[in-house]
Amino acid sequence: MSRSIALLICLVGGLTMLVSPFLPMATGWANEVTDWFNILAAMAFVLGGGSLLKVQLMRLSARGPGWGYSAVTLLAFVVTLWVGLGKVGVVADASAPAVAWSGKPDDEGSAFWWIYLYVMTPITSTLFAVLAFYVASAAFRAFRAKNLEATLLLVTAFIILLGRTFAGVVLTGWLPDWASGLRLENLAVTIMDVFNTAGNRAIIIGIALGVASTGIRLMLGLDRSYLGGDA
Amino acid sequence: MSDVIANQSEPTQGRWWIGLFLVIAVLVAIRAGIGEGMGRVYVQTESTSYVSTEGEGGRVSWSAVPGVTEDSVTIDRDVFRTAGQYRAAEAAAPGQQAIRLSWDRTIGLWLAAFFTLAVFSFLAGDNPAYKLTESIVIGVSAGYWMVVAFWETLVPKLLAQLAPDLVKAWCMPNLEGGAFNPVALVPLGLGIMLLSQLTPLGRHVGRWPLAFVIGTFAGLKMVSHVESDIIEQVRATVLPLVVSSEDGSLAAWASLRNVLIVTGVLCTLAYFVFSVEHKGAVGRAARVGVWFLMITFGSAFGFTVMGRIALLAARFEFLFIDWLWLIDPKGERGMSVVAAVMQSG
Repeated sequence: MSRSIALLICLVGGLTMLVSPFLPMATGWANEVTDWFNILAAMAFVLGGGSLLKVQLMRLSARGPGWGYSAVTLLAFVVTLWVGLGKVGVVADASAPAVAWSGKPDDEGSAFWWIYLYVMTPITSTLFAVLAFYVASAAFRAFRAKNLEATLLLVTAFIILLGRTFAGVVLTGWLPDWASGLRLENLAVTIMDVFNTAGNRAIIIGIALGVASTGIRLMLGLDRSYLGGDA
Repeated sequence: MSDVIANQSEPTQGRWWIGLFLVIAVLVAIRAGIGEGMGRVYVQTESTSYVSTEGEGGRVSWSAVPGVTEDSVTIDRDVFRTAGQYRAAEAAAPGQQAIRLSWDRTIGLWLAAFFTLAVFSFLAGDNPAYKLTESIVIGVSAGYWMVVAFWETLVPKLLAQLAPDLVKAWCMPNLEGGAFNPVALVPLGLGIMLLSQLTPLGRHVGRWPLAFVIGTFAGLKMVSHVESDIIEQVRATVLPLVVSSEDGSLAAWASLRNVLIVTGVLCTLAYFVFSVEHKGAVGRAARVGVWFLMITFGSAFGFTVMGRIALLAARFEFLFIDWLWLIDPKGERGMSVVAAVMQSG
């Protein structure tokens, strides 16, 4: 019974979104359903936070290896939540200065803004920056011009990397005007404009076809994996 | 807790890391003691007064006024000022308090520098500073997205529908409408069912909101993907294979470009067709498609590396410009500002 109702909900929700562009009277339903979807997506963040709390508290109570880091995670989580939900340090918005809670939690000067600017941003951007080393190192070890396909990938990557830097301009700047198309910066533009456009376009079409077929399978109840193993 | 953290590394490794961080601390201390110092953030408080006026239908609107009056509300906001502006203000009026050192932002800057170095330290190997930073960002990220979801979605889309008067008085005075909407009880119920997944009994109850999310997302994405990623992409690929220039002659490069794009898209799509065996004409087309895919992946790789290098440069800029004050490309801390003030004085 629970499974049948879930499949019906999936079908009705999906069909509402699907028919709304074709039926003017269904636009209102689609907007309403979109709002519900956004609310549930927001609730999913709460679920994620709750799950994190549960897992870290279990690790903390078990006093297993690394429980100290669990305590740090919990502390960071609780403090962020407290300053964000409590709008600590937020001043009232200019449109309603008499209402103390009218300001946004991430307004400049607030504690939540401070955490975002001085804790979250530096850590996440450095984590991404560090990937430069790992990508370069992995490429150095894995890239071998063993066959035509691998050579194409390798040469394209080099042209794009050099063509977008000053080094590329210097390296092929001596080429005469009639051969200017072979300058690295121009080659990079040609690759992006022609070959990359064609390849990406086919990938995008392929992904869209995959999304559409998966959507139909989900709505028709042919794919029920999201209901769990005992569904 | 420091015992717990220290116990997780080998003793020699632990000593090596402590030594490295001590060396960095000494170098930073030396830098802080040289010249104009480093890593300070200055702010200036800007006060704005607002007065209210009542418009049509009793709607209250607020506008900024130049001075403070009896019925005005004043809001103070701290805004960033550069070290150059601080020094210029000091040169003009020694001991002034308008532009001052912000302790909370200065501490934040130093913490950000520590976190940046701690993440970089992972390049040399896993260590307590990196683990500590990792634990912090996990907790902060989870909290951050929960707070954003609460204030950006749950309050305006759910609470404002269920208790509009309360929300209006509490945090959204400009909220439109004001009647209780019983339909909002549906997403509330579904949300509570979703949250029940955290309890042992919630596995079955949580199916319904999950089915709703998956169904609506599938419908939503199907429409948008078919529209923008199939119809629009196919339309953009329908190109003239022979292009004429304005004087009627053949535009060779434009024609070749279009031929390459059309051929590339068709051949790459041929590679993705797995229901037909890749033999004969289809096989040859698929092979050309693979070449196009390899060039696409190569350019994607190049761009990814470039993006990461740009981020790396931004982190070094933060360390050398904002924290260590070793370079000053924008002239924000330059003595020229002070000299100009002294001359004008």
